[in-house]
Order: sequence, then C-alpha cells, then structure tokens
Amino acid sequence: MRIWLLVAAAALTGCAAVPQDRVVLLPGPDGKVGQIAVNPGGRETVLDAAYASAAVDSTGKIDQAQLDANQIAQQFGAALGALPPRPKSFTLYFERDSDQLTPDSANLATAALAEIAARPVADVIVIGHTDRTGELAYNDTLSLQRAVAVREKLIAEGGDPARITATGRGEREPLVPTADEVPQPKNRRAELSVR
Amino acid sequence: MRQVWCRIALGITLCIAAHAAGAAEAAGIVKIAEGSVSIERAGARLAVTPGLEVQAADTLVTGENGKCGITFRDNSLLSLGPNSRLVVDRFSFDSTTHEGGFESTLKQGKLAVISGKIAKHARDAMKVRTPSSILGVRGTEFVVEAAATP
Repeated sequence: MRIWLLVAAAALTGCAAVPQDRVVLLPGPDGKVGQIAVNPGGRETVLDAAYASAAVDSTGKIDQAQLDANQIAQQFGAALGALPPRPKSFTLYFERDSDQLTPDSANLATAALAEIAARPVADVIVIGHTDRTGELAYNDTLSLQRAVAVREKLIAEGGDPARITATGRGEREPLVPTADEVPQPKNRRAELSVR
Repeated sequence: MRQVWCRIALGITLCIAAHAAGAAEAAGIVKIAEGSVSIERAGARLAVTPGLEVQAADTLVTGENGKCGITFRDNSLLSLGPNSRLVVDRFSFDSTTHEGGFESTLKQGKLAVISGKIAKHARDAMKVRTPSSILGVRGTEFVVEAAATP
C-alpha cells in the first residue's frame, strides 16, 4: 500500500508542472505602483501594474494574470493584517543656538507622543540637525543636544527609554540648503521617526 | 563524526554572531505576533512576542493560527500569515548613507512586504527568494505565496 502511494507521488511530481510560487504587486497608499522582477533562473519578468500576478510552476514557467483587491484580501488577508503600521515622521524646530523647542514645536511633540501611544511596541529614532552658523564640531554637539532634549522630553512624558534613540547629524543635512554661516530657522530641527 | 560537524557548525554560528554584533544593532523588531510564532536561532527555538529583536540568520516560523509583523531598521515592513517560514539571509543598513542589502527566503506560506530605504536607495538591493525564483524588489509593495514543500 505504502509503495503504491510512493509510486503515485513520484509520478505526480515527475510529470505534472506543479504550480509553486506566486507574487502579486500591490499599489501603495497614494496609488503609486513600483516594480518587481521575477526570475526563476533564466529571463526575468517584470511586474509593474497594480494587482499584476506571476505564478511560477515547478518547471520555471511563469503564468501572468491580473487579479483585483478583493481576491488579494481573501487570499492574503491574514498576512496583510499583520503588517506593522507605516513609520510616521515629525519635524520639531528649535530656537537659535539652543536646545529649546519653538512654541509651535512643543505642541507637535505632544502629537508625536499620541502617535507613540497608539502603536504596538513603538520605537522612535530622533535625529538632530543645525543650521550652518558656527563650527562643524560645535554643530555636531548642538545637534546631538537637540536630539537628546527631545528624547528626554518623550521619556518624561512616559516614552520607553529602551526604545528611543537620539543621534546628531550636525549641519550636514540642511532641510534648506544655504551657504556656510547663514542662519536658517528651518534647519534648526530634530526629525522623529515613530515606528 | 557527528560531534565534529556540530562543533564546526557552532564555530560558524559564533563567527556570524560575533560579526553581527560588531556590525551594529538588530535587523528589526517584532511589532505584531498572534497565535503560534517562533524564531529559530543558532539551533534554539524562541517564542516570539512583540518587542523581540530579529537578527540576520534568524528563521521566523508561524503555526496554523499564527501571524507576525516586523519593522526592519530601514523601515521595511514584512508580515507572515499562518503556516509560514521565512529566513532572514542577510541584513545590513547604513542609516547615514542608506546603503545596505536585505535578502530573505520564503520557504513556505504567505508573506506581505512594504519595502523601505534599502530598496529605495539601490535597485535590487532587496531580494526575496522563493523555492522557484528570486524576486528583485524595486521600491514597492507586494505579497508572495510559496507552496508548502512536500
């Protein structure tokens, strides 16, 4: 009996081209669609339309099809439902040559805290920046002080210290490009990525 | 003989672990874990709860009722449906330059992906393997299904 089953299994895997894997491209939240290249070990096939699907069988043959949102929800609902929330960014601004937040930004820090509280095991990356007045080394320190000040504010309001990191990028990454030694309030900032 | 192989395997694993520790932080953090979810790491099996860090060379396994979602350091989001198996083959990311590489293998089950900064920075720096194919990710969202291996 067992032998017959083995023979039957061998016949099935040996003869039929069994469908193996399938990939389906999805649109982004803004409707934009990227690309995915499917390569079963020969020529690659590029998918570039929303809900375009490629199924690859055991011989490496690709079968393309056009699916829709309902089919994806039915077939991939469990996996899609477990996707973590998309990271959200906040930009906070500082007073000149200081790690004090501007009054508007102090309110935004409260919005960031609400976002942190709403997420499963949220982690936060804080990156401090400066404008281009002052020396490079001085600005490295100031940018880190700004990031640390934001981190401490978040911790004081109940954020988990183990999940909030602070780093400084100095004057290297201005939001508004300027010549050296030009004051620019928009560059005195910290960027928070709440994930 | 078997012992020798075990030692070699352990040696290799330790080298990889030391390298990963020197290279930087964890690859990602588990944000969502429901039902039966575990990680196979260096021969051990760890129960997965939200907050657990995922490392390169980990294998994520979900059971019949399991699903889990991970946020990686480059903001890539990956999630597994039930009865799935995903190996994190390689993960490296420089948060300053956004250079890096992210390769994983879906051995079985269903996977959803929203690519992050690694895929945005360089074409095909993010790859997902399936039993039949290699998928080159070009800044995008997609789902993959790999048939169960008999």
